[in-house]
Amino acid sequence: MGVVKSNPTHVVVWLIAALFCLPFLALLLQLLTPEADLWRHLVTTVLRSYLLHSVLMVIGVGLGALLLGVSCAWLVAVHDFPGRRHFTWLLILPMAMPAYIVAYAYTWFLDVSGPLQIALRGVTGWSYGDYLFPNIRSLGGAIMVLTVVLYPYVYLMSRAAFNQQSKQLLEAHQLSGGSTWSYFSQIALPLARPAVFGGVALVLMETLADYGTVDYFGVNTLTTGILKAWFGMGSLGGAAQIAGILLLFVVVIMVLEKNLRGSARYDVVHGGQVNTRPIQLSGIAKWMASFWCGLVVLLGFILPVLLLIFMVSQSNFSQWLGEFIELTANGILLAAATAILIVLVAVTLMYIKRNAKKAGIKRLITALGLGYAVPGLVIAVGVTIAFGWLDVGFRWLSSGWSNSVPVLIFSGGFMALMVAYLIRFLAVGMQPIDAAYQGIKPHLDEASLLTGKSNLVTFKQIHLPLLKSGLLTALLLVFVDLLKELPATLVLRPFNFNTLAVKAYELASDERLADAALPALCIVVVGLLPVLWLNKRINN
Amino acid sequence: MVHIMHKSRLVSLLLLSLVLSLLLSGCEQQNSHEVNVYSARKEALIKPALDRFQTETGIKVNLVTGNADALIERLKAEGVASPADVLITVDAGRLHRAKSLQLTQAVDSEQLQTLIPAAYRDPEGHWFGLSLRARPIMYAKDRVNPADLSTYADLADETWRGRVCIRSSSNIYNQSLVASMVASDGVDAVEQWAAGLVKNFARKPVGGDRDQIKALAAGVCDVAVANTYYLFGMLSSENDAEVKAAEQVQVFWPNQQGRGTHVNISGIALTQSAKNPDNAVQLMEFLLNEESQSWYANVNGEYPIRDNTVVHPTLAGWGQFKKDAINLAELGKLGPEAVKIMDRVEWP
Repeated sequence: MGVVKSNPTHVVVWLIAALFCLPFLALLLQLLTPEADLWRHLVTTVLRSYLLHSVLMVIGVGLGALLLGVSCAWLVAVHDFPGRRHFTWLLILPMAMPAYIVAYAYTWFLDVSGPLQIALRGVTGWSYGDYLFPNIRSLGGAIMVLTVVLYPYVYLMSRAAFNQQSKQLLEAHQLSGGSTWSYFSQIALPLARPAVFGGVALVLMETLADYGTVDYFGVNTLTTGILKAWFGMGSLGGAAQIAGILLLFVVVIMVLEKNLRGSARYDVVHGGQVNTRPIQLSGIAKWMASFWCGLVVLLGFILPVLLLIFMVSQSNFSQWLGEFIELTANGILLAAATAILIVLVAVTLMYIKRNAKKAGIKRLITALGLGYAVPGLVIAVGVTIAFGWLDVGFRWLSSGWSNSVPVLIFSGGFMALMVAYLIRFLAVGMQPIDAAYQGIKPHLDEASLLTGKSNLVTFKQIHLPLLKSGLLTALLLVFVDLLKELPATLVLRPFNFNTLAVKAYELASDERLADAALPALCIVVVGLLPVLWLNKRINN
Repeated sequence: MVHIMHKSRLVSLLLLSLVLSLLLSGCEQQNSHEVNVYSARKEALIKPALDRFQTETGIKVNLVTGNADALIERLKAEGVASPADVLITVDAGRLHRAKSLQLTQAVDSEQLQTLIPAAYRDPEGHWFGLSLRARPIMYAKDRVNPADLSTYADLADETWRGRVCIRSSSNIYNQSLVASMVASDGVDAVEQWAAGLVKNFARKPVGGDRDQIKALAAGVCDVAVANTYYLFGMLSSENDAEVKAAEQVQVFWPNQQGRGTHVNISGIALTQSAKNPDNAVQLMEFLLNEESQSWYANVNGEYPIRDNTVVHPTLAGWGQFKKDAINLAELGKLGPEAVKIMDRVEWP
């Protein structure tokens, strides 16, 4: 009889997977209530437009972020042009901007009743309908906003990949008469593929999960459909059905990502830290490069921030100032604590994945990233229900030795909130670490193990130093994402606890955009500091 | 040497994460002299009243705000152990839902029953209205003769082709407006009406009620449907452009010859699991006292639920109006039907 030797690390994976499954199981149970009528209603009326809009959003934002992210990363990684040094960090800044807030700012400015069109009508004497003006509140507007806010995911990961590539490869290619373009398309980009598609996958999942922007722009996607079925028709079952379709999308994206990465492992040889000179762009090309990077930063960061500052100046902001220290401190504490937790879980899982022999475990770990594409609100409700079960179970177990007033142990506190965050953002933590692991050759582990070192020592001495930039990227991405997170915070937070995002949302949904600008600006400022600091660390 | 450093760093990170979360949990405390509020009403629009209650009674008010359906889901999941004592929402439908999920309990307060008209509280005493939110028609003063306006139903007439602004069908105010029409006219008539209304849209529904009012002022449309407190908010705004836009707009009270203008409530219910029911009822009665009621009217721009409360001059300027007297519990029942109708006529 063969003894099945169970790997203790796999138990860790299964435990985390169980924790992740609970909320989804809770939602799945909602499907048991038959809602055939509602389903028929959805199929015959709105489902097609939900699907169409979601598909168009994914294609538009995916291509847009790919174009912006990779082109900027390639420019700053290997070229020299005016402002290049500053663009390396400027290009990351849109990451600190919540998409819905960029949507507010652009709408406030560009809408039919915004200052630009009012001025236009005032100067020309036209009235509405006499002139053509692109409508920001449209599918195109939503794609534009999400693209300029989300491209940094692609930029950051492809830049790291381009930087890791040996500059000697480029020199060798040039010596043999190849052009920079052919090097980019035939060598650099294929080598960077895992990182690039890792970034694009994050962008696509974020796009599918977005509610704030599409709702504000009146674009009906699967996400707005979920909420409409739930809130409007009081049908959590109908909502869960649409969420099922959404998850199917995500699975397709993840499978595509894996296939596009290819089966080959890219064990990039490090360039021995020889500082080779970047390619000098000449004449018009160098100014084009500056212009392109400048335009991207302008649209994704500078313009929205200027608009927010202008909006703040128009509002009665002094009455809120006192609250903001508390709100900011709340947000930072919670985001920092949770970001560290998430990165620790992510690196543990990625380590296990690297060493796992079984494909099943690897796939399970990858699947844990699915949560990223699920709207925060859906996860939050799943967690609410699931933790309610845990509390019921606990009360049942403890009823023997305690008959005091029933209280909540699992629900209602920060634990539920942090678990929801973990489910939602684990993928953000795993992607950069995964990409960094792709760059560490397996033979390094083998060599270390051959010298008699244990797995743990190998991890600390070999992996950790090489993972450093990946870990910091993960920490950065997760922290800033948490700072901006709204729906789960809104649903799960304990009594008397607010964050900047909650404050901005409440004011904006009360249609007081100018008042919402101050907390929005605070989110951006608080998000900027870690973005800049960690960017510096990564570069060193 | 190197790996010792890394080890301690990992451990310290874990500790840091723990300490930070403990710091956060430190904010929570248990206290019996308190009342716990789950509120779908935005913090800025309820906290001042709760703060006054806390100062006057010494009862500490703990507040979580959020989406009504999510709060109801939370109540449901937390069950008997839920810390919440009261649930506050900004429409009757949600209170009705909470009641039908057995998350609320009846309150026997003579004061509440005499002060609140019967249409604005649950017949069995499970929930009570706190303020009224009216949803009339608004029109551009320079382009529309109010004599041409009459009812909601009339907005589907051909004369309004391409002239109507209204927000999307995922919005609860539209859902309850349509539900109130279903209650009076039936599904088929309302579906026909909604199809006509969609044809009359000046543009695809985007934005909130303020956006409709602004679009009206900018000339995108000639009439709009919006809640009055948004117009009130714009008129009392710090921003000159908002005030200027709002001044070009006038309120028209529809259906005055018939059932009356559609109103909804913000309301409150005692939860089934309430641990501090006495404090909770005290809070409910406090929110119905004259001072609180005129606060709703003067700060939030809503209509008080108590008759004879002095209202803000702006509200008084819009005049008295006949309100739809349907018991609001009906709206909760018909809401899902209303959404389906709007889906079928492709009201985005």
